[in-house]
Amino acid sequence: MSDTPTGGRWLRLRGLIVKESRQVARDPSSIAIALVMPIVLLLLFGYGVSLDARNIGLAVVVDGPTQATESLVASFERSPYFHVTRIADRRTAEAGLVAGDYRGVMVIKDDFTKRLARALEGGGAESAPIQLMVDGTDANTARLTRGYVEGAWATWLTLQGLTEGAATRLAVTAEPRIWFNPEVRSRNFLVPGLMAIIMTLIGTLLTALVVAREWERGTMEALMTTPVTALELLIGKLTPYFLLGMGGMGLSVAMAVFLYDVPFRGSFLVLVGVSAVFLVTALALGLLISTAAKNQFVAGQIALVAAFLPAFMLSGFLFEIGSMPAFVQGLTYLFAARYFVAILQTLFLAGTVWSVILPNLLAMVALATVLLLITARRTTKRLE
Amino acid sequence: MPPPPPLPLVDIEGLEKRFGAVTALDGITAAIHPGRMTGLVGPDGAGKTTLLRLVAGLLRADGGRLSVCGADPGTDPERVHEAVGYMPQSFGLYEDLSVAENLSLYADLRGVVGDARERAFDRLLRFTGLGPFRTRLAGRLSGGMKQKLGIACAMVVKPRLLLLDEPSVGVDPVSRRELWAMVQDLVADDIGVVWSTAYLDEAERCDAVLLLDRGRLLHAGPPDALTRRMDGRTFILRAPPDKRVAQARAAATAGVLDALIQGPHVRLVMAQGAAPPDGAHPTPPRFEDAFVSLLDDDAAPHAPLATPTAPVADPGEGDVVTAQGLTRRFGDFTAVDDVSFAVARGEIFGLLGPNGAGKSTTFKMMCGLLPPTAGTARVAGIDLGHAASAGRAKIGYMSQKFSLYGDLSVGQNLAFFASVYGLKGQARKQAIRGALEGYGLDTYAKANARTLPLGFKQRLSLACATLHRPPILFLDEPTSGVDPLTRREFWGRINALAADGVTVLVTTHFLDEAEYCDRLGIVFRGRLVADGVPDALKARFRTADTPEPTLEDAFIALIEAEGREDAEAAA
Repeated sequence: MSDTPTGGRWLRLRGLIVKESRQVARDPSSIAIALVMPIVLLLLFGYGVSLDARNIGLAVVVDGPTQATESLVASFERSPYFHVTRIADRRTAEAGLVAGDYRGVMVIKDDFTKRLARALEGGGAESAPIQLMVDGTDANTARLTRGYVEGAWATWLTLQGLTEGAATRLAVTAEPRIWFNPEVRSRNFLVPGLMAIIMTLIGTLLTALVVAREWERGTMEALMTTPVTALELLIGKLTPYFLLGMGGMGLSVAMAVFLYDVPFRGSFLVLVGVSAVFLVTALALGLLISTAAKNQFVAGQIALVAAFLPAFMLSGFLFEIGSMPAFVQGLTYLFAARYFVAILQTLFLAGTVWSVILPNLLAMVALATVLLLITARRTTKRLE
Repeated sequence: MPPPPPLPLVDIEGLEKRFGAVTALDGITAAIHPGRMTGLVGPDGAGKTTLLRLVAGLLRADGGRLSVCGADPGTDPERVHEAVGYMPQSFGLYEDLSVAENLSLYADLRGVVGDARERAFDRLLRFTGLGPFRTRLAGRLSGGMKQKLGIACAMVVKPRLLLLDEPSVGVDPVSRRELWAMVQDLVADDIGVVWSTAYLDEAERCDAVLLLDRGRLLHAGPPDALTRRMDGRTFILRAPPDKRVAQARAAATAGVLDALIQGPHVRLVMAQGAAPPDGAHPTPPRFEDAFVSLLDDDAAPHAPLATPTAPVADPGEGDVVTAQGLTRRFGDFTAVDDVSFAVARGEIFGLLGPNGAGKSTTFKMMCGLLPPTAGTARVAGIDLGHAASAGRAKIGYMSQKFSLYGDLSVGQNLAFFASVYGLKGQARKQAIRGALEGYGLDTYAKANARTLPLGFKQRLSLACATLHRPPILFLDEPTSGVDPLTRREFWGRINALAADGVTVLVTTHFLDEAEYCDRLGIVFRGRLVADGVPDALKARFRTADTPEPTLEDAFIALIEAEGREDAEAAA
């Protein structure tokens, strides 16, 4: 073969890609970031972290036990959401709440049965209150606890009314129906969201690190004095990590569907395409970081702040974007993870809903284009 | 010397390069010719690497004109890259790829395929002697083999110009000679080779040298032209009764540019026209003499030598420092293997050996920083591994890297170390003032340590290590990366301390520095292969061929006697 421009170009590209792949295969830290971290994250979020509250510790104090109070307490005991402890007096229960033994204390006063009977008989002004004290330290769990107790209480009240043969006084009742995730399993939206994190790790962190390492070890300097062009250097770096990132995506999908039974309702082809676009934004960001940070420590720090943390916190993966302050909401538009997480959760739980996918996809394409252009401009075959 | 060819490969005219406010290259005019070895010589920070990078098209010049193989690297780097092979300081090798994989990468990048590729690999592997190591990872090669592979990668396509940035750093003397011979073959093949170095003995053997200092070209031309300027200005005082006193007295004499201890003798370089002291015998000049004389003219006036410090606590008679069967293993790698030696009070003991021989590891065990796998080390009768704090007050330790706080001022660094050593009140004030005055640091007292010139950093390190007047001083590669002038000044201080009765242990890979030591231990691959007085070591290798062996000859002979383990390891 001759050293024609095109023949030489393919040869150079192949050389760079082969070299990079060998390095990935031999470098324990690449393997750790590309394979071990995703699995650890998937296991951690799949099994360990859950935003659902189950087995909430609840202390119940009954001042005057009757058949009605027994039935109420029993309904709490049957619920999977509560772990009920009966306490004889209110003071002990409050001490337990302070000590953190329980998330909440429910007190049923001794006039409860009487007032309940009157309420059921239809005395309009009558009601049968119970008292609930909730540990508000963890606001999220406190809100959940209150909601669950109210829900359980309402359910019991309705059943009570039916068995007593009287309609309850609730004029309007909500009949909730939850779409897409009827069991409200947080795992079903956490695991798809994790894929954004994993691809950010491989695309941005790993890429920024390996390029910085080439600067540190002086190999970049040696490469630059060969006939290789800046574009070839870019593509030579992008290709292996693109494949690695898509591998990470495949692994995550497989674990999500087969290990965690997360439903996948969209088109697999669309998933692959969307992931590819997201991965390009992540890779371009990683390469851009490495043009500025020429040692691994700085590159790692920047990648963490510019890509990994936003993917965690500003993507809507863990924290609802709608409940963020307006300024922070505006910030989320700058990170591709936001669009990707929205598409992922749609594809997994709702299906191929183009009205959601298309705008998000377009935003990612725009971001990828901008990042790639900046990176290509900043990648020169010079040291300054 | 070959006759100057009509067309130079590299034509440099008034070349300038600035980094911010720093002028790295200040109006360089020179030429580099094919078929010649051009030495690019100068202390650290002289601008050697910057000049090479400009020629390689990695940097853009701020002024002047540069032509490399007929192209301007500033506007047409592609054409330069076709014709030039470049090996950066850190080899440019992928340590996690094998020898063959590294070569393949560069063959791909330079478009060498098929038969041509096979032929190139055969040629390069034979040429470098790396044939048996094709499948070994580059990271597991010795320093010398890495350099050879680095050169091979830069030569997959035979270049017209080969740029080598400090190829002999971290290479043992034997490999250094092989490397040199290898590159000589290329020169014979009409390739122009630029070899940048801080070793003056290498510069002396080049066909031409470009001598740089602080961005300026001090000399361009054959090295002996420079050496000849020193004719009649170099003398030797044969075996004076006390060489340190004689050296100090000579250094203080008007007209003496340089006074150096060389074995039992003192070597003098006189200023132009100055008369030598009585009893001095003429001796042929060396390139280093010319270098020192040139740099001396160029340098800013330096601070006076340290006045000898007050007497130190007497650590007792006899051997002050002993190592007994000292061994250290890291996994299955033995860094230090059964090393034993003893150092007497007031002696300068040097551990000499290539990088990675185990010198620093030995030192760390002696100072109690690293527990030995076997054997004992005693310093002033104390095993520092067990009674660390009691013993550490008796030692000063200056580590290989600049290990002071760059963000603290000189005064703050000294104050910090005074606190660490537990100095209080008057003693503390005196120690700090003494260090500032004795080491000429007053003017820099408020400057951040990071911003000091290299020579002053060195002084500050030594000042911090000796603040508590330790009777024993450990200096780990104190002069690596330091220019010859600063090295001389530094050794002047060490001599003054030794004259005061301080016991000094020093590691070095500069063979000429080893001459300054009273006694030497030669370390190679973790083992102490010889120890003794420098002259006695040299005398052991006196043969008909080499009636006056240098320390380097002795060193190479010793290592060859050890057997070339590279070859064994491959088998």
